Amino acid sequence: MKRKSKALSSLAELLIPLIALGILILFNLFRDPSFFGIRVAVNNAGNRVLTGNLISIIDSASELAIIAMGMTMVTAACGGQDISVGAVGAISGAVLVKILQAFGAITGPSLIVAFIGACLATILFKLFNGTLVAVFRIQPMIATLILFSCGRSIAYWINGDATPQLASPILSSIGMTIPGIPVPTPIFCVILVGVLLALVFRFTNISLYTQSVGINQGAARLNGINPVAIKLLSFALLGVCVSVASLIGISRLGQLNHKTLLVDIEMDAILAVAIGGNNLGGGKFKLSGSILGAYIIQMLTTTLYAMKVSPVNVKAYKAIVIIVIVVAGSPVVKEKIGALMKRRSGGFHTAAGKGVR
Amino acid sequence: MQNDVVLKMRGITKQFPGTLALDEVDFTLNKGEIHALMGENGAGKSTLIKVLTGVYEKDGGSIWVEGGEGEAHIHSPQDAQNIGISTVYQEITLCPNLTVAENMFIGRTSGQVVNWKECEKRAGEILSNLGIPARPRQQLGTCSLAVQQMVAIGRAVDMQCKVLILDEPTSSLDDKEVESLFKLMRDLKSRGVGIIFVTHFLEQVYEVCDRITVLRNGQLVGEYPIEELPQVELVAKMMGKSLDDLADFEAVGEKSTGAKEVVYEANGLSSTDCRPYDFSIRRGEVNGFTGLLGSGRSESVRAIFGADRVTGGKVRVKGKDVKITNPHEAMKNGIGYLPEDRKRDGIIADLSVRENIILALQVMKGFFHPMSKAQMKQFADEYIKALQIKTASQDTPIKSLSGGNQQKVILARWLLTHPDYLILDEPTRGIDVGTKLEIQKLVLKLAEENMSVTFISSEIEEMLRTCSRLIVMRDRKIVGELTGEQLTQGYVMKTIAGGEQ
Repeated sequence: MKRKSKALSSLAELLIPLIALGILILFNLFRDPSFFGIRVAVNNAGNRVLTGNLISIIDSASELAIIAMGMTMVTAACGGQDISVGAVGAISGAVLVKILQAFGAITGPSLIVAFIGACLATILFKLFNGTLVAVFRIQPMIATLILFSCGRSIAYWINGDATPQLASPILSSIGMTIPGIPVPTPIFCVILVGVLLALVFRFTNISLYTQSVGINQGAARLNGINPVAIKLLSFALLGVCVSVASLIGISRLGQLNHKTLLVDIEMDAILAVAIGGNNLGGGKFKLSGSILGAYIIQMLTTTLYAMKVSPVNVKAYKAIVIIVIVVAGSPVVKEKIGALMKRRSGGFHTAAGKGVR
Repeated sequence: MQNDVVLKMRGITKQFPGTLALDEVDFTLNKGEIHALMGENGAGKSTLIKVLTGVYEKDGGSIWVEGGEGEAHIHSPQDAQNIGISTVYQEITLCPNLTVAENMFIGRTSGQVVNWKECEKRAGEILSNLGIPARPRQQLGTCSLAVQQMVAIGRAVDMQCKVLILDEPTSSLDDKEVESLFKLMRDLKSRGVGIIFVTHFLEQVYEVCDRITVLRNGQLVGEYPIEELPQVELVAKMMGKSLDDLADFEAVGEKSTGAKEVVYEANGLSSTDCRPYDFSIRRGEVNGFTGLLGSGRSESVRAIFGADRVTGGKVRVKGKDVKITNPHEAMKNGIGYLPEDRKRDGIIADLSVRENIILALQVMKGFFHPMSKAQMKQFADEYIKALQIKTASQDTPIKSLSGGNQQKVILARWLLTHPDYLILDEPTRGIDVGTKLEIQKLVLKLAEENMSVTFISSEIEEMLRTCSRLIVMRDRKIVGELTGEQLTQGYVMKTIAGGEQ
C-alpha cells in the first residue's frame, strides 16, 4: 500500500508532461491512425531498418534528450541555464574533426581518441562557464552568453575549412544504424548516457549534494558540502553530454558544419527541462522529466511537419503549444487545481506538495 | 521644556507580514540633546528610524516636527530631508571618487548650472566651522572612515537639519576616531541640533547621551534621563527583565567536569567576523556564550566551526594540533554546529525530513560512499522516534513542519554524526515552550553521555539551567567567564552590562 502510494506520487510529479504526451499521441491517432505505424525498410546502405514517425521522433530527439540531461544538472545546482551548449557543441565537433584529420583515417581507435580529446576540450570550455558562475557568481545566463556568442567562431578557427566531409562507415553506424541492428544508433546513445548517469547517481552522492546546493547553498556549505565543486561538476557533466550529442550530430550528416551543428538546441534543452516539471530556479530535479520533455518537443515538431505546416511557421505553432504546457505546470495553476480537487473530495485531501512559501 | 521639543512621534505603528514591528511607540526629541535609541536586534529601532526618514510608510500614529504646521507627512527620504531630518548611516553612503565638496553639495543644487567654486568655498566654511579635518577639493576616498563619516554629518548639518540621526556611526571607527566624532556631536548639540544616536556600544551611550529611549519587541519600554538608568538596569530593560525578579534566582549546582580531558582548545582564534579569543571545553561539559544580541557570541562559535573565513589562531582537538578552516574540517574533527538562523542556514527546505536528517552524516561518509536507502530510512526512523519529531512521514518536505520540529530535525542531523563537541546556537529560538524544555533536557543528557556542548540562548534562565560555565561577551569582546556561585541571573546581567558593581 505504502509502496503503491509512493509510485503514484512520483508519477504525479510528472503528471503535466505525461498528459501533454498523451494528448499529442491521441491527437495524432485521431488525425491519422497510421501515424504511429512502423515498417521494415531497406536503407541506402542496404541494411534492413525500422522506419516510421515514432522511430524518427525518438531518433531525432536523441541529441536534445542527452543535452537536456546535462542541462538539468546545471539548472539544479546553479539555479540557471547554460545557453552556450550549441556553440560549445560546435567546438567539440571541431576538435573531433581536427584530431581525426591528424590521424588521417577514421578507424575505431582513432575515433575513440578523437572523441576523448573532444570531450576533454568541451569539459574545459564548460568549466570556464562553471568558474564564472560558481566562483565569480555571475548569473549563468550572462556567463554563458560569452561562449554562446563566440563559440561558433572558435570552432571555425580550430578547423578553418567551412564544412569538412567525413564519410566513413563507422560514423554512419553511429549516426544511423549499425548493420544488422534495425534500430537507429542514437537511440542507444541516449540509453547509454542515461544508464551512465544513473550509475553515477547510484554510486555517488551527486543527487543529494546538487539538490542541497541548489535549494540552500549556505546551509549546504555548513553541512560540509563544497558548493563551488558541485557547480563545477554539473558543468563538467554537461560538457560530456554536449560532446556525445555533437558526435551524433556530425555522424548523422557525415560532415561538420560549424553554423548548423546543434543550432538552437540550447533553448529546446531549457524548454525540455521546464516541461519536465523541473524548477528553473534550481533545487529538486527529475532527470526523467527532462528526457520526457525532449521527446514531447520532438513529437510536437514532427506532428507539425506531418500536418504540412511550413518550416517557417513551425516555430510559431510550437510556441503556442509550449505556452499551454508551461502555464499548465505553473505554480499558480497547480495551486488552483489543487484547491479544486480539495473541494471535490470534501476537504479531506491536503493539497499535495503545497508547502509554506 | 515643551518649547524645546523638536520632534514628537506618537503611537507609531508599523506592520510587516506576520509581525508587528512597531506597536504604538512614542518618541520625543528635544532641541540640543543627544538621545540614545536602545534595544536588542529586532526591537524596532531601525524600523522606527526608517519610518521617520520616509523609507517605510507608517501604518498608524503621527509625527510632529518643530516649525511644521500640524502633522508632518513623510512619504520619502526627500520629504524627511525637506523638513529637516537628516540621517547618517552606518555604511558611508557618499561617493568615494568625488571630492569632499562635491559630496556635500551633490543632489542639493537647484537649477542646471552649479557654481562649484561657490560650493567649495561654502564647504570649506562648514568644515572649518565644525573642525572637520578635510579639504574641500580632497577626494573623499582618501579620507579616513571617521572623516568620511564627519563629512556626511557636515552635509546633513548644512541642510539646516533640526534632527540628525546617527545610525551605528561608530561601529567601524577606532577609539580616537570615536572621540573626535563625539566632540563633533557635542558641538552640534550646543548649536541646538537634536541628535538620535543608535548604537550597541553601551559605554558610548553613557559617554555622550542625555536621555535614553528603550524599545523591546516593537514596544516602548520607557524613556529615561541618563542619570536615572544605570547600565545594569538598561540591560535588564532591553532584555525585558526586572532586577527584582533576578535577585532570588538560585544558582544551579556546579557540575564537576574539571578533571576531564579537554576536547577542544583554541588560542587567539579569529575570523573575518570575530576578534581573536581563547576558548576551551572539556569532555561532558556544557558551557555557553552569553551577551546581548550582536555582542559577537554567534560570530565566535562560527569561527570554531569554520563557518566564516578563519583568519588566525591555534586550535587543538583532543590534544592534537589541527587546522579548521571550513565546516567539513570541523566535522571531520568531531564538531557539529546547529546554526542560529534555522531557515537561512539550517534546513534544506524542499528536501524530505529523511534527507535533512542524514545530510551531515552522508557528507562525512564522503561523496563516493552513499548510504543505502534502507540505512537512511532506519536512521531517520530512529531519530524521529528518539526526538519525537512530529511529521507525516520521512518523505515529507521539511518546510511543511512546524519550527520546533524543523529544529529537532536539524538537531537529529548532528546527533546522527555522533560529534564529540556540539555547538547549539539558539536552538530554542522561535519554538514552543514544551520543545524548548525537551531540548534543554536533551543537552544535559548528552553531557552525561560525555558529549561536550556549547549552548547559546537569548534566555538567560535556559543557560543557567544547562551550563556550568558562561562566557560573557560585550561589544565583540569576552568580558567575563562565570562559574559556580556567579551563575545567577543578576550577576550575569551585571557582567553583560559591565560597569563597576
